[in-house]
Amino acid sequence: MIKISNLHAFYGKSHILRGINLTVDKGEIVALLGRNGVGRSTLVKSIMGLVPTTGSILFKDNEIVGNATHDIALKGIGYVPENRDVFSTLTVKENLLLGVKDKNVKAEWTVEEMFSLFPNLKERADVIASAISGGEQQMLTMCRCLMGNPEFMMIDEPTEGLSPQMVETVAELLKKIASKGIAILLVEQKLTIALRLARRVYLMGHGEIVFEGTPKELEKNTSIRKEWLEV
Amino acid sequence: MDVILFTVFNGLLYGMLLFMLSSGLTLIFGMMGVLNFAHASFFMLGAYFAYQISKYIGFVPALFIAPLIVAVCGAMVEKYALRRVHKFGHVAELLFTFGLFYIIEELVQMVWGKVPVGYHVPEFLDFTLFSMSGMGYQAYAMFTLLVSIAIFFALFSVLTKTRAGLIIQAALTHPEIVSSLGHNVPRVFMAVFGLGCALAGLAGVLAGNTLGTEPSMALSLGPIVFVVIVVGGLGSLKGALVASILIGVLQTTAISLDLSINSLIETLGFAVDLESLWHILIDLTISQVAPILPYLLLVVMLIVRPRGLFGNRDV
Ligand SMILES: Nc1ncnc2c1ncn2[C@@H]1O[C@H](COP(=O)(O)OP(=O)(O)OP(=O)(O)O)[C@@H](O)[C@H]1O
Ligand SMILES: [Mg+2]
Repeated sequence: MIKISNLHAFYGKSHILRGINLTVDKGEIVALLGRNGVGRSTLVKSIMGLVPTTGSILFKDNEIVGNATHDIALKGIGYVPENRDVFSTLTVKENLLLGVKDKNVKAEWTVEEMFSLFPNLKERADVIASAISGGEQQMLTMCRCLMGNPEFMMIDEPTEGLSPQMVETVAELLKKIASKGIAILLVEQKLTIALRLARRVYLMGHGEIVFEGTPKELEKNTSIRKEWLEV
Repeated sequence: MDVILFTVFNGLLYGMLLFMLSSGLTLIFGMMGVLNFAHASFFMLGAYFAYQISKYIGFVPALFIAPLIVAVCGAMVEKYALRRVHKFGHVAELLFTFGLFYIIEELVQMVWGKVPVGYHVPEFLDFTLFSMSGMGYQAYAMFTLLVSIAIFFALFSVLTKTRAGLIIQAALTHPEIVSSLGHNVPRVFMAVFGLGCALAGLAGVLAGNTLGTEPSMALSLGPIVFVVIVVGGLGSLKGALVASILIGVLQTTAISLDLSINSLIETLGFAVDLESLWHILIDLTISQVAPILPYLLLVVMLIVRPRGLFGNRDV
């Protein structure tokens, strides 16, 4: 589905990504792990065309490096940013409706389906999005992205700062999304749900991929975990 | 009583015109993050275009066509110039709009000359609508007031009720997310810039014939528009509305009162030594002070509440 080769990214003069290679196949959940500040969010933003990059990103065999962000989105890539950035002056329902794309994309998901996936949002449909809880905002940003009918979804730290119960709800939603054949790149810092959900894991350190394998292989490899993950 | 009614009417009229100018500026601020120094220049262009168009085909077509041309000018400026300058940061953008202000002023002088042009109130609206206690209320003033109120409601319903309006609202605060949802944000920004310029242009069409259409009109109105959006709160439409009306009423009231503090003191029964230095100060009439009232409000506001009445970010 997506194949990234030798990707470099820069913020001004600072060289953040140094030759990333990564693939995600159809219907697969892949986890991208790493400590604070190693460049996970930068990688996801680079794919979305929000950061200047060099290298190659093939999405369904088409090169997308250099494309405008909205064109990348229209091709079928979805992005759920960290910090659960809802449109804070709009209502929950209006947030969802802005996820719908204007052209080329047939709507597979409806607002009603989103509400049935997560009934809390239905109760709060007409509430201003800044007034709902952090967990609800996380669900809202994920549902907003789904409304655009992506084939590949990148989700940046969806469980950060949520209660264990809410983390489970997020995990359930991720499973449901994957069961519809949508490929997911899940960015996490902790291993909690990542190891349970992902088929494959990439571990990042200082702008490079330092480990690639199955969750089992990562669990066995204590030295890599010590060096790049645990504190 | 009649005087008060008239003053409120005039203040409201002036305020609604200010809102037409400042609403565009505050929207553009929300999007660029810097003040557009050339905003009042688009107001001036509206007046000149209306003058030219009404000379050939009349005022009513000019009312529609002039703002449209101004909108296209604004959109082109955004697309072909500002968007490129944006990469180099806020200071570059600010300097760009500063330069644009002078370029437009020079161009206007080249085409229409330095002296005011004869842009007049259209004949069919040039009569006294009603009069009270010897004061007449002009039909054109009423017309302007009604148009501005209609524009106000149209603007609010477009921004809050239509999908395009919701996309604009979201793009002002979260441009990256809006584009990652598949919306063409550069195009949204071009439309916002064009819309803001169209509003300024329409204000120029409506006010150019009573205020006078001349190359200095942008400079004389520009500062007061900045006052409005700073007092109202940068980026806030609600704030722009309240501050526009506040400043509109404040200025017209002060002018119409025309009461010297001196005469006030005399009526209170104090004798004032005419030889004293204080005399000069005391004899200042409120109407002479009126022009600085908005700036006084600006300064006080910046000290007391830097984010303005309804703003959510500091200046
Ligand atoms: N806009 C920016 N300008 C300059 N440097 C940035 C910018 N954003 C991030 N960085 C730097 O790039 C590096 C990688 O940041 P990134 O946000 O990708 O990290 P991360 O792995 O997502 O970690 P976390 O989300 O926990 O902060 C960091 O050193 C950060 O300081
Ligand atoms: Mg991050």
